[in-house]
Amino acid sequence: MLDNWLYIGLFIIAAILIPAVAVILPRWVAPRKPNAIKQETYECGMETVGDAWVQFKVQYYIFALVFLIFDIETVFLFPWAVAYDKLPMFAVMEGVIFIAILLAGLMYAWRKGALEWA
Amino acid sequence: MGDPINLISQWFNDLLLGWGLGEKLVAVLSLFVGAAILVTASLLTVVVLIWVERKIAGRLQDRIGPNRAGPFGLLQPIADIIKIFTKEITTPDGADKVAFNIAPVLAMASVLLIWAVIPMAATVVGSDINVGVLYIVAVGSLGIVAILMAGWSSNNKFALLGAFRAVAQMVSYEVPMVLTLLIPVLLARSMGINDIVQAQSTWFIVIAPLAGLIFLITSMAEVGRAPFDLIEAESEIVAGFHVEYSGMAFGMFYVSEFLHVWTIGALIATLFLGGWRGPGAETWPILGLFYFYIKTFVGYFLITWIRLSLPRVRIDQLLSFNWKFLTPLTLVILVVTAIVDKALSMAGAARWLYVLVMLAANVLVGWGTMLVLKTVEPNRPGRVRQEFPPRPVAVAPEAADN
Repeated sequence: MLDNWLYIGLFIIAAILIPAVAVILPRWVAPRKPNAIKQETYECGMETVGDAWVQFKVQYYIFALVFLIFDIETVFLFPWAVAYDKLPMFAVMEGVIFIAILLAGLMYAWRKGALEWA
Repeated sequence: MGDPINLISQWFNDLLLGWGLGEKLVAVLSLFVGAAILVTASLLTVVVLIWVERKIAGRLQDRIGPNRAGPFGLLQPIADIIKIFTKEITTPDGADKVAFNIAPVLAMASVLLIWAVIPMAATVVGSDINVGVLYIVAVGSLGIVAILMAGWSSNNKFALLGAFRAVAQMVSYEVPMVLTLLIPVLLARSMGINDIVQAQSTWFIVIAPLAGLIFLITSMAEVGRAPFDLIEAESEIVAGFHVEYSGMAFGMFYVSEFLHVWTIGALIATLFLGGWRGPGAETWPILGLFYFYIKTFVGYFLITWIRLSLPRVRIDQLLSFNWKFLTPLTLVILVVTAIVDKALSMAGAARWLYVLVMLAANVLVGWGTMLVLKTVEPNRPGRVRQEFPPRPVAVAPEAADN
């Protein structure tokens, strides 16, 4: 078991190291001649107006909130699915009720217009 | 016999031990070398994939595709790689340098890390952790962070808009994806990827075809390819989050996208198409590797085919499709699968009956969905047959009269 996690740890190192080398290598191979025009923000040749960090639509925020609720509740279902053989029908029904509550939450968000892209 | 990979690793272990290194150190070293080889092999797979995809794209669009560099254009990706290595990596003014430079590496790493847990043959199981599915979900979400970092740090409005879209899309489609991942977990009674493969004496695509279909759709949205390529819509926001990247930094995003598609193929193969299972795969593990790659390619080809066939959707359509169709449908499928599975196991049904009833339940749910869609929107433009006026026929100019 520990070996498996060790492998993942080493894999993380390898998976970061090798792309990092690929990005760093052009430092010696590729030319480096920065100039003012090249470093400008690219907007199809137009001069940039104002700050890049603009205000964003509140809808993105609402979708993120709905996602947060659903993702956390879904993670709660994983242990339920793993221990499925040991569960009696009663416990399965409890899981179903939990999913029904999730569905009701979705319906609530839907009715409140949180899922509309206006 | 029949398993060169373990043979080589055994040889490597013995070699290091022969050099007089400690047992613990050898174990760690050989694991690290294994990981590094797998990472490199995945990156090299992309070299082939780029050629394959361009050839498929060419054929589907009635052209030949790359055919200049080498036989059948096989050396084209190599030429591209050499070229991209010699291109300057620019950093725009006012960029957040740290985040800007970490993002491409993180995007690549998030895809590569999934390969740590995928079993490729009966004896090549990668890391057999008991929370494999959760690990895949967790690591896969790192890609979202990388995209947001890239968009935010670029100091470019297009990049930021692309990143917003990407996060909204990926975060939304994550919900049905995680929910469909629950179904193989439920059927296999385990979160370990290897256990899920072992449990597929009948492929899960037969027992849970709807879950497989939804997983395909949602993971396509996770990759951000057409028809879900709003995040880099060329005609609207130039290229989305990676406008400001050049050279190998852009290359990393490019490669990570290709590898992500290939990884999705591998996930579909492992979770729904029985992974390395096939005739003779237990006794000859090398055959398992072969089956695994064939199945992965099937998933990859399917995604490429869809990408080249469908136009881009609008963002409101995209989000409505997810929240108002996929998410409720997945919840219904989950409930139906859970109840039918429990009822059948309690009744002690035979395997063939179990498979048949599960398949019937899936077909019923699919049919019910169609009925609901028909009643909710009977006059959707796609459903009503439209009469088009007869096409004007080009008439040859009558040269003889003049």
